[in-house]
Amino acid sequence: MAGVTRRRARRQRAFRWTIVTLLGIFFLLPLVAMLEFTTRGPNGTYTLETWKLLVDWGQLGETYPDLATGVANSFGQVLLTVALTLLLLVPTVVWVRLRLPRLRRVVEFLCLLPLTIPAIVLVVGLAPVYAWVTYFLGGSALTLTFAYTILVLPYAYRSIDAGLSAINVRTLAEASRSLGASWATVIWRVVLPNIRSAVLSAAFLTVALVLGEFTIASLLNRSNLQVAVNLLGKSSATMSVAVSLTALVLAFVLLMLLSLVGGGRRRTSLKETR
Amino acid sequence: MTGTTSVAAAPGARDGARQGVTVRLESLHRRFGNTSALDGLDLELAPGELVALLGPSGCGKTTALRVLAGLEEADSGRVLVDGEDITNRPVNRRDMGMVFQAYSLFPHLTAQENVEFGLRLRGRPAAARRERAGNMLELVGIGAHADKYPHQLSGGQQQRVALARALAIQPRVLLLDEPLSALDAKVRVQLRDEIRRIQIEVGTTTLFVTHDQEEALAVADRVGVMRGGRLEQLGPPAEIYLRPASAFVADFVGLSNRLPGRVDAGTVEVLGATLPLVEPADAPSDPSVPVTALVRPEAVDVVADPDGSGRVLAASFLGPISRVTVAMPDETLVVAQVSSSRLADFAPGTPVRITLHPSPVALSR
Amino acid sequence: MTVVTPHPDPVAPAPGVRPAPAARRRISLPGRDLLGVVPFFGFIVLFLAIPTLVVVIGAFTGDGGGFTLDNVSALGTSYILEAFGRSILLSAVTAAIGAVLGGLLAYALVTAKPDGVLRRVVTSASGVLAQFGGVTLAFAFVATIGLSGFVTVFLRDHLGVDIYAHGVWLFELPGLLLVYTYFQVPLMVIVFLPALDGIRPQWREAAESLGGSTWQYWRMVAMPLLAPPFLGSALLLFANAFSAYATAASLVSQGSPIIPLQIRGALTSEVILGQQNLGKAMALGMIVVVALVMWLYAVLQRRSTRWLG
Repeated sequence: MAGVTRRRARRQRAFRWTIVTLLGIFFLLPLVAMLEFTTRGPNGTYTLETWKLLVDWGQLGETYPDLATGVANSFGQVLLTVALTLLLLVPTVVWVRLRLPRLRRVVEFLCLLPLTIPAIVLVVGLAPVYAWVTYFLGGSALTLTFAYTILVLPYAYRSIDAGLSAINVRTLAEASRSLGASWATVIWRVVLPNIRSAVLSAAFLTVALVLGEFTIASLLNRSNLQVAVNLLGKSSATMSVAVSLTALVLAFVLLMLLSLVGGGRRRTSLKETR
Repeated sequence: MTGTTSVAAAPGARDGARQGVTVRLESLHRRFGNTSALDGLDLELAPGELVALLGPSGCGKTTALRVLAGLEEADSGRVLVDGEDITNRPVNRRDMGMVFQAYSLFPHLTAQENVEFGLRLRGRPAAARRERAGNMLELVGIGAHADKYPHQLSGGQQQRVALARALAIQPRVLLLDEPLSALDAKVRVQLRDEIRRIQIEVGTTTLFVTHDQEEALAVADRVGVMRGGRLEQLGPPAEIYLRPASAFVADFVGLSNRLPGRVDAGTVEVLGATLPLVEPADAPSDPSVPVTALVRPEAVDVVADPDGSGRVLAASFLGPISRVTVAMPDETLVVAQVSSSRLADFAPGTPVRITLHPSPVALSR
Repeated sequence: MTVVTPHPDPVAPAPGVRPAPAARRRISLPGRDLLGVVPFFGFIVLFLAIPTLVVVIGAFTGDGGGFTLDNVSALGTSYILEAFGRSILLSAVTAAIGAVLGGLLAYALVTAKPDGVLRRVVTSASGVLAQFGGVTLAFAFVATIGLSGFVTVFLRDHLGVDIYAHGVWLFELPGLLLVYTYFQVPLMVIVFLPALDGIRPQWREAAESLGGSTWQYWRMVAMPLLAPPFLGSALLLFANAFSAYATAASLVSQGSPIIPLQIRGALTSEVILGQQNLGKAMALGMIVVVALVMWLYAVLQRRSTRWLG
């Protein structure tokens, strides 16, 4: 009994796979091209020279010291930014929700403000501020953490806010307070464990953003992964492309992991097709 | 109980709505993976009749309704409306009005525009549409809110609009898929009486799906109790309640005490009383096998008696009636229904005497 | 005569009884709670508010330090106006293309199993591509369609087509158009998917049970409902392209066709000191454009969340 619903499902599937395939080709092409580019040898042969050098970190650091510095800097920036963002944002957002609900709109506005201020604009205004930062803390690339935390605020805030909404934090806090918990206990032992996936998601978004940041680092004359790769592009095209490809793939793997870890609890609207 | 209203002669409704048509579901089968949602369902609705499909979740009642609507397809079986086989007809050509459990109003249209939607699809001119929609909104009692958007209406109001929208197209059949389940208790009771009133007035054959047995008994001409994809019993509400055809029906519909007893030649001995059986054939042949009898609270009499063997455990005031829970010497709990005026007699701890009415009981399987 | 209490209080003692001392309500001092948010606000002030003020004030500061409108009026100079124009064109075109292609892809995803592999893979990939640095993308495209790129070579050797016959467009505006699309489409998927998820199946079923065909459902229900989030998402894409810097900085080495690159020029220019404040004026101009777009986006968002939850 061929039915309308089954025909529609078939049509949808055909449409789905056509679109995904066509766009998939468009999006995979550059990645394939990068792979091909990095494996080009003399006279049309293929070689894994570049990749062998890439995984040999010691040799890599010697051949391209700037790249090694850039990677190390980015690594440090990622760790520090994740730490600063979470330390700053999570207690504040929870606290505002529980004790200062009137400030919620203000905090939300401030956290989403960086979306309206592009990095290129922010860096113009950051220059004098960073003059002071350099004066007090030195010119290390790790000081970019402050700027990066600002950049990541909208995404981290949205993630944590969604997580708090999903768990009805007010009721949990009231319940634990009535059982005698202090505020520290409430935040640390009641709220935090329940927003684990939101926090994780915020952390991953931070990682992706910091690893991909170029604007502020370059215009404040500091080194990070993207700046180093950009510089590398002028001297060694193949290595720079190889590093770019690796970073892209790693970020994808990271995000896939995130979707597997926190995916089940995603707040999708309940669609019940019986 | 409105459930016993006769529909032999449905009064002509306003706007010249059609008289109802017959609906027949014939041997419907539907499997989802390993489970049978419908396992040979046979159901016939008389013109203008309201049949309620009642059952626990997963019993297939919603699947049956959706197959009738055309939103789902049965693996085998037929659907006939007014004698016509519409099994293969797509949903948008079945001319049925449907009210969903929730969320079915189009959020970007006002109540009036929602009701006019089906008429717009049929190309009715604007003036006629407005008039009919206005009449429908008045019929469901929500005329004053015609220009409100769904998010400005309460749950009960939204369902009224949904009903008006379904009726505006003068459907041959009206389908209600748990329309009251998402509403507050008080609104639910109020709205179900109104739905019934409107349905009688308009005269459309209606299928009403619900898991709330009180609701089903209150609105329907006939109630079909479903389990595992098939009908356990189909009949007027009084019959379902007073003469359940199986232990499942007896258990599902209304409250029942589960009392231990012994069978003896077509009767069961419970709490010292000998009661006839609804299904004598189902009783175990061996009289020594213990059975569980299902006894309704209103079939239990309780009287304060200092020599009585039972003791009152608790008493709940439920408005017009009250329920008294009595503990028997062998730890059995019996719930009896009493008129609320006698509630004061049954303070916790009072010794009481229990007697059972001689009406037939079912055995739990 | 009985004592009449003007406001009957259910817990007030009956008249004639000595009233018990009322329980003292502890008025929570907002001051102490505010301490908890001081670190956050302090950080915001230092690294967000002050830089913004620097830009805004600097835009109106002259070389000597006094208030001036020179910088802002200098924005009217032809080369700056052209840069703004190109930025807007680039953003609008890539937003449109991204919105359409991304919208189709998002719709394709929503018809798939919600927890299935396809949806998760494409969503993760979109997350990466939308967020990831312009440098990487620039290099990827150079490797693909640059002078010795994979596709360029393929077309030249196998189809005899030289795509750079009329100039190397990859490192100019047309190249930016192509590369920007690469991150606009995934961003659209991420931003538009929640709206598509908000379309309840009951609406389609209701429309069909009322006699509507698939086309009628789309025209009268789905499209009106999806229009605000679609437009909102397109606006977001516009703001995203307008603000983008890294990709252009990596690709374009000659000239500054778009505003962000002009700002780079102003910042790194050691020639004229006054260029600094001109850069701030340009930055202010960017803020105005982006703020306007984001405000429109917020307005559309409100409507779409009301309908689609």
